[in-house]
Amino acid sequence: MNIDLSRRGFLKLAGAGVAATSLGAMGFGGAEAAELAHVRAFKLTQTTETRNTCPYCSVACGVIIYGRADEAGKRRVVHIEGDADHPVNRGTLCPKGSALKDFVNAETRLTEPMIRRAGSDRFEPISWDEALDKIARALKDDRDANLLAANEAGVPVNRWSTAGFLAASATTNETAWLTYKVVRSMGIVGFDNQARV
Amino acid sequence: MTMAPDLDSPRTAVANPPVQPMESNLGQGDVVRSSAGGPVAENPRDLTDVAKLIDVSKCIGCKACQTACVEWNDTHPEIGINVGIYENPLDLTPEMYTLMRFTEYDNPDTGDFEWLIRKDGCMHCVDPGCLKACPAPGAIVQYSNGIVDFISENCIGCGYCISGCPFDIPRLSPTQHVVKKCTLCSDRVAVGQGPACAKACPTQAITFGTKDDMTALAAERIEDLKSRGYDNAGLYDPQGVGGTHVMYVLHHADKPSLYSGLPDDPKISDVVEGWKGPTKPVGIAAVGLAAVGAAAMALFTRSRVTPQDEAEATELVQEEMRGSGQPDDRGTV
Repeated sequence: MNIDLSRRGFLKLAGAGVAATSLGAMGFGGAEAAELAHVRAFKLTQTTETRNTCPYCSVACGVIIYGRADEAGKRRVVHIEGDADHPVNRGTLCPKGSALKDFVNAETRLTEPMIRRAGSDRFEPISWDEALDKIARALKDDRDANLLAANEAGVPVNRWSTAGFLAASATTNETAWLTYKVVRSMGIVGFDNQARV
Repeated sequence: MTMAPDLDSPRTAVANPPVQPMESNLGQGDVVRSSAGGPVAENPRDLTDVAKLIDVSKCIGCKACQTACVEWNDTHPEIGINVGIYENPLDLTPEMYTLMRFTEYDNPDTGDFEWLIRKDGCMHCVDPGCLKACPAPGAIVQYSNGIVDFISENCIGCGYCISGCPFDIPRLSPTQHVVKKCTLCSDRVAVGQGPACAKACPTQAITFGTKDDMTALAAERIEDLKSRGYDNAGLYDPQGVGGTHVMYVLHHADKPSLYSGLPDDPKISDVVEGWKGPTKPVGIAAVGLAAVGAAAMALFTRSRVTPQDEAEATELVQEEMRGSGQPDDRGTV
């Protein structure tokens, strides 16, 4: 497109423009249109709340997990924060607990049991059934071979010191009771939870 | 506890946020100041002033506030490297609005070694240097509850607010070309919640409420600290910037600069005050005068090109065209 604009016409227009802008800057007339002040849209609106316990340490802080479906329809964790109604933490969290969202959504998160088979240099997925069978087999063989039924004085001790058990620290009382009973009744001495790892 | 409908500003950060849709309680109708002549509310609601109180004597330096801030604001700070100090990252970034700063202080009066930890971030000044320095209309606003917020859509990324800030807080994003800083979680405050950092803080070193409540709480804490031998304990609410909406309880309130260079007496730079104060209208007047002069010149100076000159020139051009036999760029002759 061509505009017939003489040199004089151009200067006139430019001059008028400068004058108008100066008047505007002096405060005559409104300033340039600006986006009106607003806060960020509240990101938890219409999310679902799920109460849970922080999985890190044995303090067992209460958290609320906020979820929403993504574009593909898969529900995603969009935010996690402390539960103000929880008697343990009353809404507060430590730096690890505060960053739980990234722990849940981490690309490196383990989502299925893995096994490094004998002679292999890498882990590969394994079904829960096969994994539990293998664990049971290995435990049974080890216990049969190494259980110390009685000490030197002949006193029954049923001590199994060649296997250890690492449990979760963030469990309900009932789960913790059951775990303890199972592990101790087999005679396992080395028993701890991941809070101290 | 969620916010009762008759309350204008939230009173605490200890609450679970709502998930049902809620009207935002903070917006253009509450803007009392806007940068570079941006729009302000005609009759702003007089919201109760909010404040965040940071009691450095209760801080354990765990950085829960930092992670809570990152998670709430969905920023993605780069994974850094350990250079042997506790600050992580090394400084505030456009992706990290708050930062724990650590100082090791050998107290000459007591012989004690003190570890002074301060949560750094926007102070939400009553008289904000960033807002005064900003040349983009409506890019920095102050709400009537005291929150100073950046409206990124209006930000031109010039970085003047960084030099205007007495606390050196805002950071320019090299990818988004806008400046970022703590919002005092204005999105949470707008639905009756407190900032994410204050909710997360495991020792309640960070508390949130009305400015009056926080001042009263600070007085209690200062009395307690004084009874424990911290004779110089006091509140940091610097009057050089009109007071702030983020306040500190310091055990050494006589020497704020001990705490990783917290300004002893912060003030808006004279350059900003002068440039945006008297200099601006004078400069604009000069530009305006020049424009008026140019216009007068155009109006009152007769052109020396007569219609006859124009006709002769046209004739010359047309002759030239006929000579070359080629149409010009416009396709006409």
